[in-house]
Amino acid sequence: MQTVLSIAIDALAYGMVLFVISIGLSVTMGLMRVVNLAHGAFAMIGGYLASYATRDLGLGYAPAILIAVIATAIIAVPIERLLYRRIYGAPELTQVLMTIGITFCVIGIANYAFGPTLKTIALPQTLSGSIDLGFRAIATHRIFAIVCGLVVAGGLWFLIERTAFGIRLRAAVDNAPMAAALGVRTQLVYAISFAVAVGLAAFGGVVGAELLPVEPYYALRYMVTFLVAVSIGGAGSIPGALIACLLLGAIDTTGRYLAPEYGEFFFYLAVIVIVTLFPRGLGGRFKS
Amino acid sequence: MTVLMNSTLPTRRRSLGTLIGIAVIIAASVIGYFLFPNNLALLTRIVATMLLVLSIDLVTGYCGVATLGHAALFGAGAYGAGIVSAHFGITEPLTMTLIGAVAGALAGLVSGLVILRAHGLPQLVLSIAVVHLFHEVANKASSWTGGSDGLSGITTDALLGLFEFDLWGRTAYVYGIVLLLIVFVLLRILVQSPFGMLARGVREDPVRVAAMGASVHSVMLRMYVISGAVAGIGGALNAISTQVVGLDSLSFTLSAEALVMLVLGGTGSLYGAMVGTVSFMWFEDVVSAANPFHWLTIVGALLIVVVLFAPKGLYGSAAAFLSRRRGGGK
Repeated sequence: MQTVLSIAIDALAYGMVLFVISIGLSVTMGLMRVVNLAHGAFAMIGGYLASYATRDLGLGYAPAILIAVIATAIIAVPIERLLYRRIYGAPELTQVLMTIGITFCVIGIANYAFGPTLKTIALPQTLSGSIDLGFRAIATHRIFAIVCGLVVAGGLWFLIERTAFGIRLRAAVDNAPMAAALGVRTQLVYAISFAVAVGLAAFGGVVGAELLPVEPYYALRYMVTFLVAVSIGGAGSIPGALIACLLLGAIDTTGRYLAPEYGEFFFYLAVIVIVTLFPRGLGGRFKS
Repeated sequence: MTVLMNSTLPTRRRSLGTLIGIAVIIAASVIGYFLFPNNLALLTRIVATMLLVLSIDLVTGYCGVATLGHAALFGAGAYGAGIVSAHFGITEPLTMTLIGAVAGALAGLVSGLVILRAHGLPQLVLSIAVVHLFHEVANKASSWTGGSDGLSGITTDALLGLFEFDLWGRTAYVYGIVLLLIVFVLLRILVQSPFGMLARGVREDPVRVAAMGASVHSVMLRMYVISGAVAGIGGALNAISTQVVGLDSLSFTLSAEALVMLVLGGTGSLYGAMVGTVSFMWFEDVVSAANPFHWLTIVGALLIVVVLFAPKGLYGSAAAFLSRRRGGGK
């Protein structure tokens, strides 16, 4: 029972962190049809910035998150204008190569600037302890991660379903030329969504730093996981991404607890089964 | 389109092209032999990787399947050849190579069956999942593969009973070049055969090929098996020359790097695959000796530049430039 509960909590926290990072990827992929392998690199940049802010500048956790999210989004906007805009609508191979190139560059630069060691982000007092539920103590940070995931899911749902921007975004997703003809400034929608997506990646990178430790190869190590999550969830679908991330988190965490010697065997086996059964993803609306 | 037009050239000119290719490969390998007599191991590794990149070219360049999991086939060949030598005492190098090719072809069949079920992003994800799955299986079956320590204890007899595999790697190098030449000639014949044309048709317009009555899936699957055999030969060559097979030969990183080499050289052309491999690995050897992380930054920048300014790759862009010049001169 104890094991089941720890697995459940860890799986939930891990799944939520996955969700926060990969939902941005899912939105950009559904909107701009770009296979963005550099998404993990932006999460990593967020983690590095937060670590720098807390350890070297002595800032608190909340301002560090804020700085990480905003600074990463600011870094990302020129990259979107200069590089990504050229590969919208290009064949997948081109997109994969360009974004792998960006990832390699980020890894190299991060290592040059921050060194190859693991970076930690100091947690505030309120998050570093554990909460006693009477029969079981749960690390507060896990609960924080879960709450963050829920808030992001709710916020995005509101943004996309209930605001004017959301209407434009959905119109651009469904038919970009038609939306543009009706007066939606699709370029602006693209830029804003990209910035939001990258900001979410950075946020997830900071919040999830306890589970996915920040180091130069972060971008490459988890890139595959994020891509898998989006592919299984179906590009552009929030509920799909949420289900996919929780499912993948559950499979991966259970595998690690119960059969660690098999590594990620069951994870990838499950991926193959799910992609074969649902080629468009669990919540897929788009042909990709 | 230019590719299709090239293949309608008369047979004589095509076989002339093959002969020139053979001459260039032999010349390059002789120059390599005399320029880097102390670094033949690196040259042999380049030849083995070249076979892997050629095999990716078959499915990516000729059939249009984007894959980030092709090292699975290379590793299957390497482990196939290594295991029969280390566990079953089959140490004849030609037999080992053949077994490597068969193992690679089988791995190609399995991963082709999985990967070809989807298109686009899910296909890419499936290919990644396949290579990770192969990696985990090889890691778990450590009694056969040596797990993360790598498979050691591979011994090889003298080639044809005459040439021992020496410490300097001369025999391995020459053997690798001979294998490369044989594969090159066979692939030239393959890509110019009606089957090769059909594969290009699949890349250009699968719906049309299906409407003409050909089975798209079966063409791609057959190409995957052939590609597996080529990658398997490369893996076997690696196992024979280094006498050890590590888990890195089944890694995602190798798959991604090999794809980068292919694109650097230019997809859809056998020469592009070979040019890309040589330039990438030579450059890597030079730069990463200085600092492995700068190497990563440079590769990244290089990739972005190639995608933006030379989308046909080094060989493709050079060939296009030459044919423009020739066309302008007339």
